[in-house]
Amino acid sequence: MSEQAQQSEKSGFWGKLRTGLGKTRAQLAEGVGNLLLGEKEIDADVLTELETALLLTDVGVDATTEIMASLTAKVKRRELNDTVALHQALADMLKEMLCPLGRPFTLEGIDLPAVIFFVGVNGVGKTTTIGKLAKRLQGEGHEVMLAAGDTFRAAAVEQLATWGERNGVPVIAQQQGSDSASVVFDAVQAARSRGVDVVLADTAGRLQAKTNLMEELSKIKRVVSRLDEAAPHEVLLVLDAGVGQNALSQVREFDAAVGVTGLVITKLDGSAKAGVLFAIANETQKPVYFIGVGESVDDLKPFSPDAFVDALLSGD
Amino acid sequence: MFDSLSDRLTQTLKGMSGKARLTEDNVGGALRDVRVALLEADVALNVVREFIDRVKMRALGQAVGAELNPGQAFVKIVHEELVHVMGDANDALNLATTPPAVVLMAGLQGAGKTTTVAKLALFLKEREKKKVAVVSADVYRPAAIEQLETLAGEVDAYFIPSTAQEEPAAIARRAVEEAKTQFADVLLVDTAGRQAIDQEMMAEIQALQQQLMPVETLFVVDAMTGQDAANTAKAFNDALTLTGVVLAKADGDARGGAALSVRAITGKPIKFIGMGEKVDALEPFHPDRLASRILGMGDVLTLIEEAERKVDKRQAQKLARKIQRGKKFDLEDFREQLKQMANMGGVGSMVDKLPGMGQLPANAQAQLDDGLFVKMGVIIDSMTPHERRFPDVINGSRKQRIARGSGTQVPDVNRLLKQHKQMQKMMKKVTRKGGMEKMMRGMQAMQGGQAPRPRGRR
Repeated sequence: MSEQAQQSEKSGFWGKLRTGLGKTRAQLAEGVGNLLLGEKEIDADVLTELETALLLTDVGVDATTEIMASLTAKVKRRELNDTVALHQALADMLKEMLCPLGRPFTLEGIDLPAVIFFVGVNGVGKTTTIGKLAKRLQGEGHEVMLAAGDTFRAAAVEQLATWGERNGVPVIAQQQGSDSASVVFDAVQAARSRGVDVVLADTAGRLQAKTNLMEELSKIKRVVSRLDEAAPHEVLLVLDAGVGQNALSQVREFDAAVGVTGLVITKLDGSAKAGVLFAIANETQKPVYFIGVGESVDDLKPFSPDAFVDALLSGD
Repeated sequence: MFDSLSDRLTQTLKGMSGKARLTEDNVGGALRDVRVALLEADVALNVVREFIDRVKMRALGQAVGAELNPGQAFVKIVHEELVHVMGDANDALNLATTPPAVVLMAGLQGAGKTTTVAKLALFLKEREKKKVAVVSADVYRPAAIEQLETLAGEVDAYFIPSTAQEEPAAIARRAVEEAKTQFADVLLVDTAGRQAIDQEMMAEIQALQQQLMPVETLFVVDAMTGQDAANTAKAFNDALTLTGVVLAKADGDARGGAALSVRAITGKPIKFIGMGEKVDALEPFHPDRLASRILGMGDVLTLIEEAERKVDKRQAQKLARKIQRGKKFDLEDFREQLKQMANMGGVGSMVDKLPGMGQLPANAQAQLDDGLFVKMGVIIDSMTPHERRFPDVINGSRKQRIARGSGTQVPDVNRLLKQHKQMQKMMKKVTRKGGMEKMMRGMQAMQGGQAPRPRGRR
């Protein structure tokens, strides 16, 4: 893993995203590959294959139906005459769908210390994302502090503490089982008195259907907003690239409980495709701030809709 | 869990059950709905296609018997095919070997391997009476080993220490030796999460499997996984000799299409299903019961089994005798009831398994919050033993003291006392002739089937 980390940032990133999306590419290629074989008549088979390809990347029934309806209409109006034009139209449409999601993450305009919550279901990579983002913000010259708000899962505090040690970042923690709202409260207070710029607050993973656990999240938010009305300034929902249509429910429920301001997609270095992003884009305009493309600390990258779609559709 | 799929199918099939006969047309319409529902449930596309084809073939060629109308026949076919896709019957772990029987866990990052190890350790210890040792070969994720150590302490399994500086192979070798000297029946080996396309990491776990020769290699998959479940399951199955699958995080609102996909694609049985964050939330996977649940037919069997296992029978019988002798059902008994209900995983988990409950609106289900029962328990805890035995002595000032002591309000205390009165009334009916049968029906849902049922009175 360490050689990977030592690779130059640019080629490492593109290499990983390409390998990661390779599977998606292979699958979309089944549908899209035919489009690339050359100018060919668009017939029902071509469209069916394309629909299949979209469904296989978790785009979802609704979004797929919408994309297909729009493409079919264009074909009927004779705007698209061959498969090459269809491919181009698909790429444009996908980019257009993701366009509103591509907003950069910035701390500008926030009264420091900025308080950032990380929420999500179990095992999506919240703690790891915090570790990576802490490093990134440090690189940008910010003083960072971590709050070990996951007081439920065994050794979650130790996991965050290890990340803190690696980056030389202070970690505010209490023992397992304590009240996570009070941990985060303490951290924000400490950040104020020490003049820290950013507090990254971890929370325990929870399934969005558990009402009481979602209530607990709202409570953390309530408690922290007593110190600073604008806090938390950002609430980042972390999504696993492998998630299916349940992602929609995750976005909806977490948003209802704590007001999600942005998304992070993790584990894009695997075979998972995160095609569900299109389904999400169809429903809400939450920006995707970062994508995780590997396990090392530098593998958290800003999200670019165009690059994402290009990597998805490029045939090589 | 699975509510949405169950809602959908139930809705679709409700329309079917009025039909006089199964025709190409009405079956076609229902099948389209089933297809969309399955895709929205993240069932792998080719599994959906096969499923639809099989149901269609059987439905159209079906000679409808006298006892079922065509609509019911269709429901039956969908049910049977669901069961079939998920693997027909429950497959238990096969631990028949010279101890220690080694169980290797594999899966993606964050699937739930470590938590599953702890749950499985508890399961084997409590239900199979095995001595279980656990070890972590996850030398990559920070604090992964500490996590297993803490969990092992919680479930009281023998923890074999390892460090992030060791090689996984060395840890495995040492762990088997130590498990032997400790006379452990089973050794559970946790591994690091890995992506199926990471060849280096896949080679590592392949080597681990060859070295350990585990009797079981379990693939842990997140119930929320999308279409990728098919790819990943296939990749792991090709790289390792999997013997079974554990479906984790199935207690959310994920429709759990992964369950249907993984079995169909790997051909390996789903052996367990993770139903919560607590260490006892692991259930053997029963395809038939889950299929019933998906179709909104409830899962009464699991409920009864749970009642039998978790309810303290001696306590229940003691209470039964007490009531029969015409003694009063006092607050002490009430508290005991609440405790037993909590043992069964709370109301939510019970209601989930009752027929038709999946169709309750989500917000009504949310109100069946266990917090209420915890609160009731706390109120009773704040009473003196005398007050618990003779609730009538509780006057205004005592109520105020109890409310303060339990961090509640006086109206909460009043509500509890009223509820207790109602239960007392119900209990009184038992002692009347024939009252028992009637009450059982009313009480079962409320008490989780643990209502006192004296032998020989049915």
